[in-house]
Amino acid sequence: MAVQAKKAPIEPKHPLDDLIRTDRMPHIWCPGCGIGTVFSSCLHAMLASGIDLDKTVMVSGIGCSGRGAGYAKVDSFHTTHGRAIPFATGMKVANPDLHMIVFSGDGDLFAIGGNHFIHAARRNIDMTVICINNLNYGMTGGQVAATTPSLARTTTTPLGNPDSPFNLPLLAYASGATYVARWTMLHTREVTDSIQTCLTRKGFSFVEVLAPCPVNYGRRNKERPLDTLKMYQDKTIIKNGANPAELGVDFKKRVVLGTFVDVERPTFTETYDKLYHKE
Amino acid sequence: MDFWRVPLDAEEVIVSRGIVHFVEDRCKGCGYCIQFCPKKILQTSTRFNKKSYHPPEVTKPEECVNCHFCEIICPELAIYSVEAPGSEPGEAQQPDDAGDTCCPPVK
Amino acid sequence: MSNPAVLTGEHYMTGDEACAEGGLAAGCQFFGGYPITPATEIAEHMSSRLPQAGGTYIQMEDEIAAMASILGASWAGKKSMTSTSGPGFSLMMENIGLGICTETPCVVVNVQRAGPSTGLPTLGAQGDMMQARWGSHGHYEIIAFAPMSPQEMFYHTIEAFNLSEKYRLPVLIMSDEIIGHMSEKVIIPDAKKIKTFERVKPKGRKDRFKPYETTAYGVAPMPAAGDGYRVHITGLTHDDRGYPAMSPEAQEIMMTRLIGKIQNNLDDIIRTEQYLMDDADICIVSYGASARTAYAAVEDARRDGIKVGLLRLITVWPFPDALVQELSRRVKAFVTVEMNMGQIHREVERCACGRAQAVLVGHAGGAIIPPEKVYAALKELTLKKKK
Repeated sequence: MAVQAKKAPIEPKHPLDDLIRTDRMPHIWCPGCGIGTVFSSCLHAMLASGIDLDKTVMVSGIGCSGRGAGYAKVDSFHTTHGRAIPFATGMKVANPDLHMIVFSGDGDLFAIGGNHFIHAARRNIDMTVICINNLNYGMTGGQVAATTPSLARTTTTPLGNPDSPFNLPLLAYASGATYVARWTMLHTREVTDSIQTCLTRKGFSFVEVLAPCPVNYGRRNKERPLDTLKMYQDKTIIKNGANPAELGVDFKKRVVLGTFVDVERPTFTETYDKLYHKE
Repeated sequence: MDFWRVPLDAEEVIVSRGIVHFVEDRCKGCGYCIQFCPKKILQTSTRFNKKSYHPPEVTKPEECVNCHFCEIICPELAIYSVEAPGSEPGEAQQPDDAGDTCCPPVK
Repeated sequence: MSNPAVLTGEHYMTGDEACAEGGLAAGCQFFGGYPITPATEIAEHMSSRLPQAGGTYIQMEDEIAAMASILGASWAGKKSMTSTSGPGFSLMMENIGLGICTETPCVVVNVQRAGPSTGLPTLGAQGDMMQARWGSHGHYEIIAFAPMSPQEMFYHTIEAFNLSEKYRLPVLIMSDEIIGHMSEKVIIPDAKKIKTFERVKPKGRKDRFKPYETTAYGVAPMPAAGDGYRVHITGLTHDDRGYPAMSPEAQEIMMTRLIGKIQNNLDDIIRTEQYLMDDADICIVSYGASARTAYAAVEDARRDGIKVGLLRLITVWPFPDALVQELSRRVKAFVTVEMNMGQIHREVERCACGRAQAVLVGHAGGAIIPPEKVYAALKELTLKKKK
């Protein structure tokens, strides 16, 4: 009976097929990896926002999430490790008509690229930064990252992580981001809405999306992908406008999701034009 | 997942109907669509796709409410639903309500 | 003034300022800067002049970001440049590699100071010549200019932009503190007399466009982001569609194109100057600030009857192998004059291949080499020959 639906006379296309490079499917992400869901949310948001997709650019760094740009059928750039934001900064400043989306992972954006992130937020470069936070370096096989919870096991912290992780929304807020939100990939409608808001607003917008890495993080920390999603369902709480200082990720307690910052302030280009391009 | 309340206007709401489609060879068998389908109408099939995964199949096609949750949770862009022919479009309250009920309730 | 980008007239300006003016005259519209002695003046000058020409200056958080930003700006369709010195040049290496791999035109100015590490920030050297050639990982070809005066800083920057746009790669200007901080007369011609090369844009159907299709001279047309071609550009090894291709075959095709576009066009790229070389027994090889010493030494030696000439490398990379090999059959010795402990000297020695002796007049850096030191080396060579 299941096959009936599939054998409908005219098979419609997947609604996102026009926006992905179908000749590159299936993508490289592992079974159960959350990046694909966030990627799909991002594309849905791009379609729904009504922005000119010919003027939309997706920039990625290195890592699993960094492969995102390669699957999006817009102008897309897969840059060096951590440098997606400065690359996108140059592009946006050189042509302010472009809509910039930086789609990358936690290791790329916050460890090797942490400096670039805080400065782009400070300058209020008009771009949307989507960070897929899977709590580890997935592509290289699951090493400890700047977001790995304390005591978690990774291939380079075999007895547990001695470090403390970043609170990404707090970091973004403190750096001057004008929009900060956090969701999990299970909250895919909220992720989509959030990204859509980012794409249609001005300023540096940041969305953190927690996503499972079942093969490299989950396996070593006794989390199967469906368990992780169950945890996203049971252990999260939506608290819009929550104090960014209280947004640490600890699934033993509650993880707070929501939109925490949504303020306006002039972008780099607006201020630059006012000061330097008077005529 | 059980619904924890029945809306007062549940009787009057015209529920949208959908048909689920698959791009079977993209599926990697994570099971997210099966687990999170609010109507519980998907299951793992016994077939293999080109990548040797078991793609899902629809057990009760007539029960699909076209909420698109399988479509948006799928990391592989391998499943989607379309409005069934003859299903009444334009019920104003439908999309929002569907959104609320399809998303897992956050406690 | 008709074109605010071109400061037509006679000026007394530093090499750094002349370099910035050269960039403007070439059509630079984006500058991603980061301050570093002795290149800061280029960024400073650009920050005030670039907006007058309609462009944008942004000061990035470090040289890594500065280099990444100019690549981004270049893909936005704008001519872009940055400037730095040794420590910053080291940080830029990563994204210079990305520029090479993705074939992104841009200009990087290195006003060299003495290293290693922080070294002598305010004093010149030419110690980064091999870093310019091989500093980024992997095998690649690069183009590097070595201006010897503020006037050349102006012209070489324009030429660097032209070559970078034509061959689609980052082009380096390997200047040094001596030239960067030296004030001299700089003549900026009328805007109409400045030849600039504009990027070749793709034509035809957008859905069939392949960003890395091999063309007759080895360089594919380059669309800008937002032109509607919806290209994918990656620093991974890629095929003609720009898609990652993880195979030795794809690597070979890509490398052949990247290296071939330079190696097959050496005649168009390499610029050298020969001075009194017709009857020379000894050939001095020099470039940049050291070439000023070399000119003086040639004149002193000629006065004393030593048959010496000068080969000045205007572009140091790609190295003029064929020319030095040919000269090695005519001269008895090469004397390489450079402000390092022997970098281009090795290239000369390699091309001389035992046919002619190769001598180094090097310097640890921090000061220009006195002509007497070169003269002494020449004298020693002539004495040896007589024995």
